[in-house]
Amino acid sequence: MKILVGYKRVVDYNVRIQVKPDGTGVVTDGVKLSANPFDDIALEEALRLKERGGIEEVVVVGIGPADLTAHLRNGLAMGANRAIHVVTAEAVQPLTAARAFLKLIEKEQPGLVILGKQAIDDDASQTGQMLAGLWDRPQATFASKVEVADGKVTVTREVDAGLEIIEAELPAVITTDLRLNEPRFIKLPDIMKAKAKPIDTIEFSSLGVDAHDQLKITNYAAPTKRSKGVMVKDAAELVAVLKQKGLL
Amino acid sequence: MSKVLVIAEHLGGKLNPSTARAVSAAVAVKPDAIDVIVLCDSVDAIAAEAAKIEGVSRVLTAARAENAHPLATVLAPQIAKAAAGYSHVFAPSTTFGKDVAPRVAALLGVAQVSDIMSIDGSHTFKRPIYAGNAIITVQADPAHAVVATVRTASWAAAASGANNAPIEPLSLDIAVPTHTRFVELLQGKNDRPDLQSASKVVSGGRGVGSKENFEVIYRFADKIGAAVGASRAAVDAGYVPNELQVGQTGKIIAPELYIAIGISGAIQHLTGIKDAGTIVAINKDGEAPIFEVADIGLVGDLFKLIPELEQAIG
Ligand SMILES: Cc1cc2nc3c(=O)[nH]c(=O)nc-3n(C[C@H](O)[C@H](O)[C@H](O)COP(=O)(O)OP(=O)(O)OC[C@H]3O[C@@H](n4cnc5c(N)ncnc54)[C@H](O)[C@@H]3O)c2cc1C
Ligand SMILES: Nc1ncnc2c1ncn2[C@@H]1O[C@H](COP(=O)(O)O)[C@@H](O)[C@H]1O
Repeated sequence: MKILVGYKRVVDYNVRIQVKPDGTGVVTDGVKLSANPFDDIALEEALRLKERGGIEEVVVVGIGPADLTAHLRNGLAMGANRAIHVVTAEAVQPLTAARAFLKLIEKEQPGLVILGKQAIDDDASQTGQMLAGLWDRPQATFASKVEVADGKVTVTREVDAGLEIIEAELPAVITTDLRLNEPRFIKLPDIMKAKAKPIDTIEFSSLGVDAHDQLKITNYAAPTKRSKGVMVKDAAELVAVLKQKGLL
Repeated sequence: MSKVLVIAEHLGGKLNPSTARAVSAAVAVKPDAIDVIVLCDSVDAIAAEAAKIEGVSRVLTAARAENAHPLATVLAPQIAKAAAGYSHVFAPSTTFGKDVAPRVAALLGVAQVSDIMSIDGSHTFKRPIYAGNAIITVQADPAHAVVATVRTASWAAAASGANNAPIEPLSLDIAVPTHTRFVELLQGKNDRPDLQSASKVVSGGRGVGSKENFEVIYRFADKIGAAVGASRAAVDAGYVPNELQVGQTGKIIAPELYIAIGISGAIQHLTGIKDAGTIVAINKDGEAPIFEVADIGLVGDLFKLIPELEQAIG
């Protein structure tokens, strides 16, 4: 069985995002880029499933500009066998990404597709669900535990009410939550080894994916900031202030 | 003509308050009609609650055994079919809505707008990206239905009581997939107010130090009638269950009073509370970033301060 992993490159989660003054975007020049944290978790889970046996190949997929190669090499250094780079200079929204994934699935025939529950740049949380819908296959979103056996996957999902356990036939789409695992660190020798691993490059335009119906983003703005408040000296003063405000 | 279909969220035979928040967003579209769809095995009690929400024109029900649990694979094809003739399909941006809405969008072949904060026009919306560090204005194509999730913290619940909308069963009559099955829901037992709708929330972070120490937070919350929340670090460390996580990737909340105790104030946490009325921070580190956004700050050791607070409250 083969596992396909979504491996998106995003602005690193530690970067304080600045909106461009003219409202046309956020500042990304010279900003640190990293794998989407949920995608590192997705890759780690795929690697662990492979280490447990029954999985032959883990393939990382990145849809993005030409310079995505170095990022995909990180995925290979972490342990993926192969990478697929769908090359496009345009920003790709979830529905378009899901359609592109579906094309790759038709070719690769994976038993499992693991994506992040959300990309921390667009915070959309859509691609996995859309892909599963287009593919007409099960979806298990927000996974915090995954067990594969007998052509089935049992997934524990983090939901608002607690933990929901569902069971799905393979092939299926899983999206990862934070507590699924802790991704491994990349070791230096693995970086060397990754150089020999294959990256298939596919032009987005050759996939035959309809991308005309993306949402139009007309403006970027900074959020309204909360202003700095007051400091109180002790517990008694805090309670007095809260009582005065009618909050206690 | 614009018509909004709102997907009702419910659990254990009760309507989730997030539904009335999604109705508020639907009202802001200024549509000709707002219908709420209830999918469940037993719809009556939930539909009756939904019918009371002000602004709702009709409640549509889809009752079948397969709808007993909220499986996106089962619900999405029914919702997609029911969506014919609607200009908008809204769901609350909860784990339920986030799971099902994109699948509905995919089945309809349309893009989705996630986490609507405000509505500038029937097809123009504002939503947060980058953990709320930027707010974008997006335009959806008026040629297709708009599928969207509603950022519940941005919308007060539509009032309930005066309305008496008609309830109409739908005959959707479609086969639903059987490849995905519900096994069980492990629900945290909790007599405290619900985190997502509580007017007061007390949250603890890594500074609380252990599962045992978290009792201090629970006790204080009970004293003031607050719900309990937590930072990711506290959840990861196993002090509290996952459903208490507040933030970018947890729950986004807007209580009147939020008290953050032993929480540093990482951007991912702050994005979950920026709509709170009053933010109080208690932290032993006077330089902690939480004090940049707190309305009231108190520097000191939480284990000393909480008992003092309890005493001062009386
Ligand atoms: C992709 C991603 C998503 C994330 N999503 C979320 C999210 O949804 N929600 C979230 O919260 N985080 C999230 N995080 C994590 C976030 O970046 C921070 O790591 C986390 O919020 C830190 O939690 P904390 O403030 O409890 O811990 P710390 O940052 O370790 O802070 C602990 C604080 O406790 C104080 N303290 C210690 N002892 C005491 C004492 N005795 N009395 C008083 N104060 C004390 C310390 O001074 C310190 O400020 C996410 C991170 C990533 C990468
Ligand atoms: N351009 C992309 N390249 C690779 N994976 C992607 C891309 N866009 C989305 N994904 C996958 O879809 C997940 C959810 O993204 P989103 O729906 O944008 O929040 C991400 O965590 C990735 O696993």
